[in-house]
Amino acid sequence: MFQKQEVAASQEAQAPLGETTRIYIMGKSYDVPGGLTILKAMEYAGYRLVRGVGCRGGFCGACPTVYRKAGDFRLYVGLACQTGVEDGMYLTQIPFYPAPKPVYNLQQLSPELGTILRFFPEIVRCLQCNTCTKVCPQSLEVMNCIAAAQQGDFKRVAELSFDCISCGLCVSRCPAEIAHYHMGLLARRLYGAHLIPRAAHLQRRLEEIEKGRFEEELIALCRADRQTLERLYAERVIEPEG
Amino acid sequence: MVDEEKKTLAYYPGCELRTRARVLDSSARRSCESLGITLQELKDWTCCGGLVAQVKDNYMALLAPARVLLQAHRQGFKELVTLCAFCFNTLRRASYFLERHAEARRKVATFLEVETLPQVRVLHLLEVLCDRVGIDRLREAVRRPLKGLRVAPYYGCLLLRPAREISLDDPEEPVLMEKLLGALGCEVVDFSSRTDCCGSYHIVTNQGAASQCARAILHSAANANADVLTASCPVCQFNLDWSQSGNGDTAMPVVYFAQLLALALGEPMERLGFDARAAAALERSAAADKGEASREGG
Amino acid sequence: MSLLLSLRRKEGLAKEVAALSEQNLYACYQCGKCTAACPLAFAMDEPPHQIIRFLQLGQADRAFKSDTPWACVGCLSCAGFCPKGVDLARIMEALRTLRLRKLDTPFRYTQQDGEWLSGLPQSAVVAAMRKVTW
Repeated sequence: MFQKQEVAASQEAQAPLGETTRIYIMGKSYDVPGGLTILKAMEYAGYRLVRGVGCRGGFCGACPTVYRKAGDFRLYVGLACQTGVEDGMYLTQIPFYPAPKPVYNLQQLSPELGTILRFFPEIVRCLQCNTCTKVCPQSLEVMNCIAAAQQGDFKRVAELSFDCISCGLCVSRCPAEIAHYHMGLLARRLYGAHLIPRAAHLQRRLEEIEKGRFEEELIALCRADRQTLERLYAERVIEPEG
Repeated sequence: MVDEEKKTLAYYPGCELRTRARVLDSSARRSCESLGITLQELKDWTCCGGLVAQVKDNYMALLAPARVLLQAHRQGFKELVTLCAFCFNTLRRASYFLERHAEARRKVATFLEVETLPQVRVLHLLEVLCDRVGIDRLREAVRRPLKGLRVAPYYGCLLLRPAREISLDDPEEPVLMEKLLGALGCEVVDFSSRTDCCGSYHIVTNQGAASQCARAILHSAANANADVLTASCPVCQFNLDWSQSGNGDTAMPVVYFAQLLALALGEPMERLGFDARAAAALERSAAADKGEASREGG
Repeated sequence: MSLLLSLRRKEGLAKEVAALSEQNLYACYQCGKCTAACPLAFAMDEPPHQIIRFLQLGQADRAFKSDTPWACVGCLSCAGFCPKGVDLARIMEALRTLRLRKLDTPFRYTQQDGEWLSGLPQSAVVAAMRKVTW
């Protein structure tokens, strides 16, 4: 009776290339050619986007879009720049949902649960309803992120939220009014600044540099003329691929 | 006797036991290991939901505990052991409610996208220790009897009430902690506030009221000449401790029953997270007991 | 004769409380054991048994305006002692819930409270948020 709902539109559902496809942008219908992304379709329909558009490459989180399909009560999400149009798609963009940025000095904060609760006391209101996970265009386990944060497990928050693009859809749907991506960012920053194991070989290399191991080479390079530099560049050792 | 198949029990720590109340978690795990029980933590567990507001149609608040029970079921467990009184009460009451309210069950199941909600029995470690391990076996396993230690066992409210739904022990005259502490060699002290409320979440909403509730319990235990008070709930432990923060040396140490259990089973004291006051009280009673023993012997 | 059949508006409120809490408000015969048992009665403007009396007598608005449901933490001492098996804590819960659903509560927590909230036990903060905020 229950099937797993795919978060992004499947390949089969997308309208075939060039075929006239009816979509509804904020309730108004437009006929657009199939094969376009939602973003391109909106521009085709005449919208000139100054918000709700960014890298156009699925990375910046500026174009989160929520849509419904004909005859289906479910909410679907996707990034407008990555999601192809479907016939009957009923969409709107949610370029920004209010979530003020907290201001803090990372070096002055300690990596413990109390720090997270100090800035985001509302995470304890989480109802474990999983709506955030269902609405994430990156298919992240958002609810488990919040759970890990409540348990003071920064490493897990960092791992689970690594691919978060701060699009804000989770924030828009959360009944407990949590700002997930701000919390995740603080947790990741605290983890990176204070908890993640330091690379030993990097420390060693830094010490070598400070002790002057590469001084002569660097000075020689700085003094070299253009011809020498070009020769050195052409003859440099290139790592084999694979 | 714990039979073979029951040696591994699914365990739900709850958020506090991962953070502020780590000593309760670690001392309980250590104790269980010495008794041949492995507490296997649930994978990917989420918050139990705090205290579910008990009204007929609050389905949203049932999602959190239902999800925990579902996770236990999916990982192949029919029972789930809890330690934190908040988690225990929430999960047990939610389970009771869902069993008896068909519409709630249907709605929650639909939302969680399952056909039906599973039946998972929620247990507290106290009942596992007293009923499954058994008091006799506990007594045999004690390496360091806590003789001379006068302990006031404090239950609080969530462990016992509502009696019909929780049915862990008698709500007015409970005996589980008494039996357990007695097996450890402690001198169990009777005091009238055993099952009174510590103020609960008024430590957030009305700190004066919480303080008053907590102080009444501490007075009652002090009047009964207790050396330490044992609690089973991170909030009780906090409220009781916090409300006597001005009392310095005369303050009553508040420890978790699991810490005393682990100590009696032979764990080194330094590893059990006793604060300075509790450690001093334990050492005093041990010395007093030795003193008595040598006087009697000599 | 069942007093539940009265049709006045205040009875409507009492009926909602009875439905949400699944309690028979008229089972209470005002013995006062709940008030005697309540550890937070000292912090209440109206004693617990009085709240149920308001609901019985068509004065549900007085029960609504009272601070008493917000002082209750659901320790269930009352329910434990009631000789008629009335769960007064659930009645308090219903009163709180009906006010919360109208976005009316004496408690508001914001980011400004994060500092001191982070020093308190998490379970208590979770429970407080669940029970007294919308």
